[in-house]
Amino acid sequence: MKFEKINSYPQLLERYKALQYLLGLRVDNAGEKPTFERDILVCGGTGCVSSDSAKIVENLQSEIKARGLEQKVQVLKTGCFGFCEKGPIVLVQPDNVFYVQVTPNDAKDIVEQHIVGGSRVERLLYEEPLLKRKIERSKDIPFYKKQIRIALRNCGVINPENIHEYIATQGFQALGKCLSEMTGPQVIDFMKKSGLRGRGGGGFPTGIKWEAARKFESPEKFIICNADEGDPGAFMDRSILEGDPCSVLEAMAIAGYAIGASQGYIYIRAEYPLAIHRLQIAIEQARKIGMLGKNIMDSGFNFDIELKFGAGAFVCGEETALIHSIEGNRGEPTTKPPFPAESGLWKVPTCVNNVETFANVPAIINKGVEWFNSIGTEKSKGTKVFALAGKINNVGLVEVPMGTTLREIIYDIGGGIRGGKDFKAVQTGGPSGGCITKENLDTPITYENLTAIGSMMGSGGMIVMDEANCMVNIAKFYLEFTLDESCGKCTPCRIGNKRLHEMLTQITDGKAEEDTMEKLAALADTIKKTSLCGLGQTSPNPVLSTMKFFKNEYIEHIRDHKCSAGVCKNLMQYFILSDKCIGCTACARNCPQNCISGKVKQPHVIDQSKCIKCGLCYQKCKFSAIEIR
Amino acid sequence: MARVIINDTPVEVFKDATILEAAKELDGVYIPTLCHMNLESFNVEHRVGSCRICMVDVEMQGRKKMMPACCTPVQDGMIIKTNTAEVIQARRIVLELLLSDHPFDCLNCAKNLNCELQALAQQFGIDYLSYKGAMSQYPVDVSSKAIKRDLSKCIMCRRCETACNDIQTVGTLSGYGRGFNAVVAPAEMKPLSNTNCVMCGQCVNVCPTAALTGISYTKKVWAALSDPSKKVVVQVAPAVRVAIGEEFGEQPGTDMTGKLVSGLKQIGFDAVFDTNFSADLTIMEEAHEFLERLKNNDNLPILTSCCPGWVNFLEFQFPDLINIPSSCKSPQQMFGAIAKTYYAEKIGIKPENLIVVSVMPCQAKKYEAGRPEFAPNGVQDVDYVVTTRELATMFREAGVDITKMRDDNFDNPLGESTGAAVIFGVTGGVLEAALRTAYEWATGKELKNVDFTVVRGLEGIKEATIDLDGKKVNVAVSSGLGNTRKLLEKIQKGECHYHMIEIMACPGGCINGGGQPFIHADTDILQQRMKGIYCIDKDKETRKSHENPYIQKLYREFLGQPGGEKSHKLLHTEYYRK
Repeated sequence: MKFEKINSYPQLLERYKALQYLLGLRVDNAGEKPTFERDILVCGGTGCVSSDSAKIVENLQSEIKARGLEQKVQVLKTGCFGFCEKGPIVLVQPDNVFYVQVTPNDAKDIVEQHIVGGSRVERLLYEEPLLKRKIERSKDIPFYKKQIRIALRNCGVINPENIHEYIATQGFQALGKCLSEMTGPQVIDFMKKSGLRGRGGGGFPTGIKWEAARKFESPEKFIICNADEGDPGAFMDRSILEGDPCSVLEAMAIAGYAIGASQGYIYIRAEYPLAIHRLQIAIEQARKIGMLGKNIMDSGFNFDIELKFGAGAFVCGEETALIHSIEGNRGEPTTKPPFPAESGLWKVPTCVNNVETFANVPAIINKGVEWFNSIGTEKSKGTKVFALAGKINNVGLVEVPMGTTLREIIYDIGGGIRGGKDFKAVQTGGPSGGCITKENLDTPITYENLTAIGSMMGSGGMIVMDEANCMVNIAKFYLEFTLDESCGKCTPCRIGNKRLHEMLTQITDGKAEEDTMEKLAALADTIKKTSLCGLGQTSPNPVLSTMKFFKNEYIEHIRDHKCSAGVCKNLMQYFILSDKCIGCTACARNCPQNCISGKVKQPHVIDQSKCIKCGLCYQKCKFSAIEIR
Repeated sequence: MARVIINDTPVEVFKDATILEAAKELDGVYIPTLCHMNLESFNVEHRVGSCRICMVDVEMQGRKKMMPACCTPVQDGMIIKTNTAEVIQARRIVLELLLSDHPFDCLNCAKNLNCELQALAQQFGIDYLSYKGAMSQYPVDVSSKAIKRDLSKCIMCRRCETACNDIQTVGTLSGYGRGFNAVVAPAEMKPLSNTNCVMCGQCVNVCPTAALTGISYTKKVWAALSDPSKKVVVQVAPAVRVAIGEEFGEQPGTDMTGKLVSGLKQIGFDAVFDTNFSADLTIMEEAHEFLERLKNNDNLPILTSCCPGWVNFLEFQFPDLINIPSSCKSPQQMFGAIAKTYYAEKIGIKPENLIVVSVMPCQAKKYEAGRPEFAPNGVQDVDYVVTTRELATMFREAGVDITKMRDDNFDNPLGESTGAAVIFGVTGGVLEAALRTAYEWATGKELKNVDFTVVRGLEGIKEATIDLDGKKVNVAVSSGLGNTRKLLEKIQKGECHYHMIEIMACPGGCINGGGQPFIHADTDILQQRMKGIYCIDKDKETRKSHENPYIQKLYREFLGQPGGEKSHKLLHTEYYRK
């Protein structure tokens, strides 16, 4: 591919028109005659890559070659489509046919039946679970129906390794517009009016953050993109960087122009090799076409971006810790003030924004404040990407307008609870968030509402739990995470969380004292109030919110030594019902502890002192003679 | 200026003040601290805010939040409450958490009654811990001969890290491990002896608990004192005498020389000698070496070599400059070498039966005494080093209250000294002492005013030009290894040209050594100790090293000439790249 330098904004607009043909098959009204007759898009996100999507691309290509169709059909790797539950995904354009759970062996059928034969590969089409009918177009699949894609607008549409395709989606026009038509303060004003708020967790208004960094005079300033995504189950930032890296580069340059910075850093965890690879390609191509570097589009504005790799410490998502990590120091937070806007990286004014926040910026500038304001609610504008996980049918990445209710996300988009079980709670905000119960399912999602019901937006992890989840155990799970990820700097987080976890373990082991809940509450409260950074200040949230909404479960564990969900092994006992046991010996033969005794054809007995509660007897018994108490 | 309200009282403070500083404006308001340490007089900021003991209630623009007083700057309009029930409850829980992960061995802890965590527990009236659980356990590191690390007692205040990295720029200690397993340790948890630690002991001085302490050899000293086959002599470093009184309630800077001698004799030393004697000897050799190098304009500047922490720093961090320090051994080692040859011969015993004990303000001296080059034929010149603090413990153990002792004199022949020797104990002193002698030797004239006040004072780097009767000599003095690094880097780049430089590892010199009574960052104490040193100098009849009659006698009877063959063998050394 040849990348010619673009020397001005008008030249960019010309190039945009000239490159329109690239997306001719994929975007409505692209207007230009495409070179190919068909584009086959294969998901190249990390999830689908792990499910062999690279091999699918390879096989599709060889099938096409075998039929001499190379000039008519191209196969492209794109970013994530979001519907990870049904990956790997293959989309055939312009027919808009959406194939799910494709394997490398399906390549032949796709080419033979669809491309050559003009029909559909029926078995690869999505089947609507209730009515069992096949759906051909992604638009008609319930998973996509309520979604509006802004941050993910180019994911699954363009080839992220070709900057020309990004240009064909109006790429860099927002930057061009800012550089040629707006001053820094005007850009900031624009962002303030748009109402965009930080998507990394805090929800701080982006325009105000930029304004603060602009306010401080300094010969040098920095823009940092926080790509240290770490919430368990959240992967929206990774998907954006894998699927549309250029939009983040463009937004960083815009932010740099707004605050007066000429250097940007993307702090990305080294465990994201694919995102790093695509970013490296994007940065290299952006430099070649002059969208990074000196005198961008002849505006006199210089901006370049460097990648900094994080070692995967969760706390490095906290901006001061992230900054220390870039500086080569131990990744641990420092007290604010001073805020990074005043004294950040190498003690100069620094603006840190999250990937998803950045991904919104070019779209807002291109489409305008009014458009963005029309999406979402009064105080929470635009959309939010959520990573749906847990006991839900459609695991994946969804982008919905702010104000969508949890019920819509979980039931309409997420397809409800797996195995038809009952919904129990949904955890948002990751280890810093809280649990939301049935009563609040109809709450429209906004920053304020989530905080008001005891959770938080966080970076957008959404883990759904059903009746088989023990909430004490869930709280313990999240605390284990913060315990592992605490940097250990301040006392409440270092020792306090350890003690919280020990108390929770006592509860799940049935060894807790009567006053444990009071002690838990007092300690959790102190940890929240006295911890140094956001990690510690929010770490007791899962404990506090489960204690609030599932108090009975705690009491049941502490007082009755019972776990109704059957999760806490130390509180369970397996019993053989003598009236049902026929003495088949299946349980005794399979017991790894040899703690089941009894003669053939006579009821058996479990020696509780030796039982490790592995549940094997329960699984092996064909006569429902084993009961959990 | 910023206006704030603290506990309902309006307070006006300078803009960048912390809440802690602002609260000091109010009488009777006290905010407890633990990790905090005011190191501004060393030009270093230690605003870690890690312990969370100093939490206060802050209301700003209608938002209420608990903030750490030690590292939160005041803002106009802040409403601060330092002692609400909520704040006190939070502080108590934080303290209980710290205690719940701290060994309960106060009774046999080296820092018993000198521990800041213990003091807080007492202050908060802690008699029960609500939270108990797993405790951190680590092997105790005594690999270094000088500094003991017991990480089970580390409370992550990070003071040692600041001392090591920011004040000293040595960079041995840093945060290690995460979460509950986080401690301050050398990289990869290496034992201290396998690191670039220079053993200056500044970390020990700032540690609030016993996570970092000196390795004590007092038991070995007691054993030697009770061994009839050994003759045990002791030398006392200059900075010890103006500080040890503090351990017994005296004002800092009080001259305890005579009482100290009495006390040492009381606890059984066969002879009590003075490191000041060998400090005079050091000047004889060093001034000679300096003048030789100055005459030939060769290998300048000459750097002093009395300080073992500095020598370690040089060997680790500036190996390319390894040839420029003076080849003179330190006064401690000169003393040991002379004691085990000249003195041993004089009293007719074998060197191995003479035990030389040093009382030093320093941890690095313990390391220095153990360097293989200072053990000819396998017999160490200096057998045991005890610090000022450790000697005070020995006195207490023996029931000796030195404040009540009569004054006594050092023994001869290694006890006589001049005013030039005592000033070795403070930054600038060695240089001044060398100048007093070098002037007279170079010019052949009498030096009327011996006070080179330009090189005195506690500033980290001092520079002066001295007129040696027409010959201009550029000198510099640095104390604290961070300052030293700045100076040496200038020399490496050729940005400055000095003839002589004095370097001390500890900020302020030996009066602030790693073995001195704790000052808890109160640099007024250093000022007083410094004053004490210069008073002793001033009161001495002889104030030039070469006029010490016993030194003259030593050369006559034993050594020959400064820089002579015997001197070279006994009093000079070389340095090694590490």
